[in-house]
Amino acid sequence: MSEMIPVQIDDITCEVEKGTTILQACKCAGLRVPTLCHHPDLEVAGICRICVVEVEGMSGLQAACAFPIRQPIKVRTNSPRVRRARRVNLDLILSEHYGDCYTCTRNGTCELQDLAREYGVDRYRYPSTTAPKFRIDRSTAIVRDQNKCISCKRCIRTCIDLQQVSALETANRGHDVLIQTAFNKPISEVVCINCGQCINRCPTGALRSNMPNELIWQAIDDPEKHVIIQTAPSPRAAIGEEFGYEPGTSVTKKLNAALRRVGFDSIFDTNFAADLTIMEEGTELLTRLKKALVDGDSSVKVPMFTSCSPGWVKYIEHYYPEYLDHLSTCKSPQQMFGAILKTYYAKKIGVNPDKMVVVALMPCVAKKFECNRPEMTDSGGKDVDFGLTTREMAVLIKESGIHLKDLPDEDFDHPLGLGSGAGLIFGATGGVMEAAIRSVYEIVTGRPVPFKGLDVTPIRGMEGIRDAALTIENPLPEYQWLDGITLKVAVAHGTANAKLLMERLKEGTLDYHFIEVMACPGGCLGGGGQPIPTSPEIRAARARAIYAEDHELVLRKSHENPEINQLYAEFLGEPLGHLSHKLLHTHYTPRGRFFLEGI
Amino acid sequence: MKNEKKKILFGEFVTGAGLARALEMGAGKVVDEVKASKLRGRGGAGFPTGLKWELTAKQESDEKFVICNADEGEPGTFKDRLLLMEQPEKILEGMAIAGFAIGAARGFVYLRGEYIYLRKILEDAIVSMTERNFLGKNIQDSDFSFDVEIFLGAGAYVCGEEFALISSMNGYRGEPRNKPPYPSEVGFRDKPTVVNNVETLCYVPYIVTKGSEWFKEHGTQASTGTKLFSVSGDVKHPGVYELELGITVNQLLTEVSGEGAKSVQVGGASGLNVAEKDFDKPICFEGLPPGGSIIVFNHKRDMLHVLKNFMEFFVEESCGQCTPCREGNYRLLEGVKMLEKGECSVRYLKELEALCDVMKDSAKCGLGQTSPNAFLSIVENFKTEILYR
Ligand SMILES: Cc1cc2nc3c(=O)[nH]c(=O)nc-3n(C[C@H](O)[C@H](O)[C@H](O)COP(=O)(O)O)c2cc1C
Ligand code: SF4
Ligand code: SF4
Ligand code: SF4
Ligand code: SF4
Ligand code: FES
Repeated sequence: MSEMIPVQIDDITCEVEKGTTILQACKCAGLRVPTLCHHPDLEVAGICRICVVEVEGMSGLQAACAFPIRQPIKVRTNSPRVRRARRVNLDLILSEHYGDCYTCTRNGTCELQDLAREYGVDRYRYPSTTAPKFRIDRSTAIVRDQNKCISCKRCIRTCIDLQQVSALETANRGHDVLIQTAFNKPISEVVCINCGQCINRCPTGALRSNMPNELIWQAIDDPEKHVIIQTAPSPRAAIGEEFGYEPGTSVTKKLNAALRRVGFDSIFDTNFAADLTIMEEGTELLTRLKKALVDGDSSVKVPMFTSCSPGWVKYIEHYYPEYLDHLSTCKSPQQMFGAILKTYYAKKIGVNPDKMVVVALMPCVAKKFECNRPEMTDSGGKDVDFGLTTREMAVLIKESGIHLKDLPDEDFDHPLGLGSGAGLIFGATGGVMEAAIRSVYEIVTGRPVPFKGLDVTPIRGMEGIRDAALTIENPLPEYQWLDGITLKVAVAHGTANAKLLMERLKEGTLDYHFIEVMACPGGCLGGGGQPIPTSPEIRAARARAIYAEDHELVLRKSHENPEINQLYAEFLGEPLGHLSHKLLHTHYTPRGRFFLEGI
Repeated sequence: MKNEKKKILFGEFVTGAGLARALEMGAGKVVDEVKASKLRGRGGAGFPTGLKWELTAKQESDEKFVICNADEGEPGTFKDRLLLMEQPEKILEGMAIAGFAIGAARGFVYLRGEYIYLRKILEDAIVSMTERNFLGKNIQDSDFSFDVEIFLGAGAYVCGEEFALISSMNGYRGEPRNKPPYPSEVGFRDKPTVVNNVETLCYVPYIVTKGSEWFKEHGTQASTGTKLFSVSGDVKHPGVYELELGITVNQLLTEVSGEGAKSVQVGGASGLNVAEKDFDKPICFEGLPPGGSIIVFNHKRDMLHVLKNFMEFFVEESCGQCTPCREGNYRLLEGVKMLEKGECSVRYLKELEALCDVMKDSAKCGLGQTSPNAFLSIVENFKTEILYR
């Protein structure tokens, strides 16, 4: 037990663990201290000076977020001095801010706007900024509007500490301080992996995703176009937050109803493509293992890494290009689905693929970059036309005048609308691995995985890196070569953890066969396109919703999905077959340590 | 006026005597003696040196460090430069004694980038003292070893702030950090570290050899010892002076032949502007805060222009991380420009004064906490001159 320390905050006395910050202590005492630069996922900065409080015996005000309680103290959170300092610091920020709220994507979810309202700000105290000073920097995925930036550095702490990508840095000093990319290059030309984690943690509209909403409306409104939406597992567990549901409420069927009313022609489940991915990736894993373990083929690389997180793919292309051969050649479920839709499905329903528009509802900002990669055109044109984030979809729905809560439950369209629970749990960190284990183990041994209720619990949870070992005994005849072999797998989420794992791999101290990496903390459910705010608790609630829904499904293994089997029978042939190879697999591009291309 | 003969740093000095005495006394007694002397830091904040050493000595750690802060960047300050140039051995000996007292085996001189030409002098002193076994392994045949390296600063004023300094030595952007924890707990390479000003360290060998009682004969009860002042501006004899703490502005002006002054900036840009009516006030920790720089202004000076220079300096030198300093100094400079054009109302000037109070109260480090001093004191002293131009 660590030492408990008595504190007095205003007229409340309580005891807190040594090292607790004043901010945490205030929360325990039921007091709200306003913050701007603080974020529960990030290192302490203590720079906005909005959270200042009086600490008896100290001459200046102290930042509550940055002050560790180490001895008994008396704190005042609502004195004239405190109120004046907060108000002046807020006014300093506002006077310098280009506050054009109605043209801002964060209108209504902006922490600065909230504070201005809370503090009853009705004028600019200091001469205010009337015209934007900076040009907007836009990549296919990320938009940076420095006119809205308040230099809280949450994005920098996200990119450098949390994600360890380091695409953003602080430039200049004093009033000229700016958040910049290396050499002030456009964000599209640097190492940014488009994870969008900085967007989720920016308190203002200075960072946002590149919204394709106008173009999607154009497609929907064009009677010639057949517009398909495929929905990933994570948005359904989070989009409710945009409509007043508690975090952790799954709204799958209401979302289907909403999408139909927005005007999409077909509504499909990306879980279906996740099942397809498991078929291809599982087969690839077994093929690799056989070549490496039995045939002694050293050109085949083990461990194999998952490739469904486009943030992770770009990360490894930049920072570990020498490991690209370890990356599964499987496209992500989003891209597999696009390629199938514009070939198999287009033919099946007799629609010219050129008239087909595939929209992917994703928790992810990097999916926008992914669908624009030149490799992703195996169907003849763009396999997926638009990646749309959960937040952006909420706007489409609201704009349509739809009240999600009032809608009936509706199903996906078929075929291609049936997904298994294994595909569903792709949304949580460890889910791809669990789905793969459920299928691979059963394909190899003919028996279900030896875990209660098919729950591969060792690789669940929110630990940064988790692993498991599974010994194969009595396999089916064709997998005799695996008899007695212990399969070792690992899971990492957030690129900082991926980096840890990669460094250990480089040292040669790891002997895993298969590694799942998701670029975002928590996996896709914590994606950069998910509703704001985010926190460990919110991500845990979304994970619970996903695992609960998996339990309710009858179909929980990818290889048992009848629509997948139908797809192989009618079109693809077999996993890793000729057509699969053409449509469902891809290759990767080594990139620079600083820039998209070159060095 | 006090006895002007009472000099310490400009008095006699024999290299090694203090160190030898310290080794005899033992670490605990050295800390006690420095505490008893009531020596307070000469780098600006005036923290009791003995207490700082005691706190660092108490920390359990496999490694500790001593850093000599030679970043001297306050406008109008050049007293550390003189010590670096003329008395490097005294500095190094002070560092070694500090190292002995807290249990550190390595020290660094954080030398201001612009002072690169002093590097050679310091290096030669290190070599020479090592040859004489006042530095290096088993100093004077004791168990105590101490090495000193030089670290060249990158030229930012804020890097003189102890945490920004440590952060830049650790290879990061030179930005101040929240305290606590203090450097005595988590400093260079996250190890307990004592950061002392050049001048502070120079008093140490004297305190150890001559005793704290002797030291306390100088200065006032609460501000013991002497202090170096870099005197510039409208005086006949600018330069570095060693004077006792507690000296009044008037006495100081007599000493440096600064007759006809209309105000004196005590403590540089971040210090206070003192008008004629306050010239009888003493310069000491309980009076006018004793920064290292004294800038004298005569009746020909335009005080708004003086203020503008100071504010330009802070806008430039703020590290820019915290709101009150980044935005506040910019607003104060903007206010000065409005005043220049006669566009600043009395009401808005009041608003700016309130801003100054908030900066002092809520900025993250000493830079933002002290940068409004000049604004407040000059506006207060010269309101008519400034408002009705
Ligand atoms: C903006 C800023 C600049 C500073 N610059 C210096 C400096 O150049 N030299 C120095 O000794 N202390 C400087 N200080 C004070 C240091 O932070 C620290 O208090 C001092 O080095 C401690 O030494 P002392 O206790 O011997 O005074 C500065 C402080 C601030 C806030
Ligand atoms: S960032 Fe916030 S305050 Fe600024 S314009 Fe957008 S919504 Fe308004
Ligand atoms: S999207 Fe990710 S990689 Fe790009 S700047 Fe933001 S945090 Fe960094
Ligand atoms: S872009 Fe957003 S997160 Fe980054 S410093 Fe600006 S306001 Fe803060
Ligand atoms: S007060 Fe100024 S120099 Fe100090 S941390 Fe804040 S911005 Fe940086
Ligand atoms: S929230 Fe504490 S200083 Fe910004």
